[in-house]
Amino acid sequence: MIATSQLRRAADMMQEEPAVRIEAVHKWYGAYHALKGVDLHIRRGERVVVCGPSGSGKSTLIRCVNRLEDHQSGRIVVNGVELTGNLRNIDAVRRDVGMVFQHFNLFPHLSVLDNCVMPLVLARRMPHAEAEATARHFLERVRIPEQAHKFPGQLSGGQQQRVAIARALCMRPRIMLFDEPTSALDPEMVKEVLDTMVALAEEGMTMIVVTHEMGFARRVADRVVFMDQGEIVEGAPPEMFFGSPASERTRAFLSQIVH
Amino acid sequence: MTSTTSIVSAPIEVLRPPAAPRRSAFTVLFGDLASAGITIVTGGLLVLAVPKMLEWAVFDAVFVTADPRACQGAGACWAFVADKLRFILFGVYPPEEQWRPLAVIGLIIAGVLMTLSPALWGRRLILGWGLLIGAMLALMWGGFLGLAFVPTSSWGGLPVTLLLAVLSLGLGFPFAVLLALGRRSAKPVARVLSVFTIEIVRGLPLVGLLFVASILLPLLLPADWTIDKLGRTVAALTVFSAAYLAEVIRGGLQGVPAGQDEAARALGIPYWKTVWHIVLPQAIQKVIPPLTNTAIVMVKNTSLVMIVGVFDMLNAGRSAATDPAWPAPYAETYLFVAAAYFLICYGISRYSLWLERRVRERDYR
Repeated sequence: MIATSQLRRAADMMQEEPAVRIEAVHKWYGAYHALKGVDLHIRRGERVVVCGPSGSGKSTLIRCVNRLEDHQSGRIVVNGVELTGNLRNIDAVRRDVGMVFQHFNLFPHLSVLDNCVMPLVLARRMPHAEAEATARHFLERVRIPEQAHKFPGQLSGGQQQRVAIARALCMRPRIMLFDEPTSALDPEMVKEVLDTMVALAEEGMTMIVVTHEMGFARRVADRVVFMDQGEIVEGAPPEMFFGSPASERTRAFLSQIVH
Repeated sequence: MTSTTSIVSAPIEVLRPPAAPRRSAFTVLFGDLASAGITIVTGGLLVLAVPKMLEWAVFDAVFVTADPRACQGAGACWAFVADKLRFILFGVYPPEEQWRPLAVIGLIIAGVLMTLSPALWGRRLILGWGLLIGAMLALMWGGFLGLAFVPTSSWGGLPVTLLLAVLSLGLGFPFAVLLALGRRSAKPVARVLSVFTIEIVRGLPLVGLLFVASILLPLLLPADWTIDKLGRTVAALTVFSAAYLAEVIRGGLQGVPAGQDEAARALGIPYWKTVWHIVLPQAIQKVIPPLTNTAIVMVKNTSLVMIVGVFDMLNAGRSAATDPAWPAPYAETYLFVAAAYFLICYGISRYSLWLERRVRERDYR
C-alpha cells in the first residue's frame, strides 16, 4: 500500500495525469441503470459544464466523483487516487474535492462563521483560531463577511449559496463540484452566485458544474458535456457545442432550453 | 383620472385592524345550551366540593402540634407531614447523617441549574455531570474521611427519587442515541439488534422489568456476583428509558434532511463527529416536546420501584403514614408527595417551553 501523499506527489509529477479520470463507469439504482459506461477525462484547471434533461445521470455522475454515490463498474481516479471501497482513498479524494449542492445544505444550527469553521476543526483538526481566520478570509472572498454571525435561515438563498461556496473553499480543494447550484434560487439571486463562480474559474480552479445556465457555460466553460439517459452524448468547447452540435439529441435539448 | 389625483393628494388615513369582538362573561358561560349546561354542572360540582375541601384542608386542619392525639378531628393533619418531613424526604437514612442526602439534593439542583443554558452544552458538561454523580454517590455511601458507611438499603426519600430519575435518563440517553442510529443504520446486524432491543423493552411493562432485574437477575447470575438492589433498579429504569428515548430520537433523526449528512461527508467530516456536531443537535431540537414528555414520565415512573422494595419518596411517605401513633394520615402524606412531584415535573415542562422558544427565536429553519 502506497501512502496517499506519495500517490499525490506522483500524480503531480505526471503533468499529463488528468484531475479526474472517469472510465467506463456504470451505476445502477436497484434495477435502474443510471450511468451506462461513462468516459470523461478532466484536465487540471479545466472548467466543464455538464447539462442534460433531468434523469440523464448528470448529478449522479458528479456525486460519484466524491463518492457520495458508489459506482458498480469502471474506474474513477481523482488526482491519481482511485475511488474504491478503500476508506483511506475516499478520505483523500474528499480532501481534494469540494462540493456545492442545489439546496445549499448549510448546517442550520450553526452560525455562518461556524459553518465554515467547524468542518476545518472537525475534518482537519485545525486549531480554532486558524480555522476562524481561514473562514473569514473566504467569507470575504464571496463578499459576505458582514453576515458571519447570522444563522443560515436569516439569509437569502443567494447569500446562503455563497456561504456554501465559501465553506467548500475553506477546505482548500483542488477540484470543485457544483450540483445545480442556482436551480433552487429565486431568479434575482442567480447572478450573485454565478458571479462568485466566474471569479473562482478565473483563478484557475478545476470545476465540474452541472447547470442549465447556458450563459455561464458560454462564458466560463472550456468544454460543455451533454448527457442523456445515462450516457455522454457529446462534449465540445462552447462555441462548437452551441454553434454546431453534432447530435440530434443535443439539438433537440438546446432548442428546448435556449429561448 | 381626476379621482386618482384626489386620492393621492388626500391625507393618508392610518388603518388599524378592527378590534376583535368582545364577548361578555355571560355569553361565554351561558351563550348557548351546551355552554349553559357545562357551566351549571361544573358550578354545581364546585359548590359541593370546594367548601368541603377547604374545611378539611384549612379550617378544620391541624397545622402545628407535636401530639398525635390533637389530630383526632375531621380536618387534615398537616402537623404529621411537618413531624415526619425528614422521614419522607430522607427515608431511614441515619438521622444524624441526613445532611448528606440534603447536600445531594443541593448538588442535583446545582447540576440542573448549570445544565439549563444550551450555551454550556458539550463534552465538559457531560464530564461535570459524571463527576457530580460520582460525588453524590460517594456522599451517600460514605465510608471515607470519617463519614459513616451507609448501605444503599438505608437510602431513601427524595434523593433516591432524584438519583433514579437523573441516572436512568442520563445513562439511558447515550444508549438511546446508539439504538436510534442503529435502527436507521444500513448495516443489518446493527439494525436488527436495535429493533429487537427496542421492541422487547417497549413490549414489557416497567413493573415486569423491575421484577426481572431485582428477582430474576440474581438467580441467573453466578452466586458470588452480587449486584446491589438499587443498582439493579437503576439498570432496569435505564433500559426502559433508553428504549423510549431511542424512539423519540429516531423521530428527530428522520426530520434531519439527508443533505446535512451528505454535506458533512463531502467536507470529509468523520462519521461520529458528524453525528455529534451536525446531526444530533438538529435532531434533538426537533423533538424537545416528546423528550420532555419522556423525562416527565420517567421521573414519575421512579415511584414504581416501590414494588421491589426500594425506598423512594412515595414509599417513604407511605411507610411514614403507617406509624400507629398517628391517625393514618395517608391523604395528607400523598398530597404532600404529589405536590413535590408536581413541582419537579412542572419545572421540567416550563423549562422545555423556554427551550423551544429559544430555538424558534434563532429563526431556525
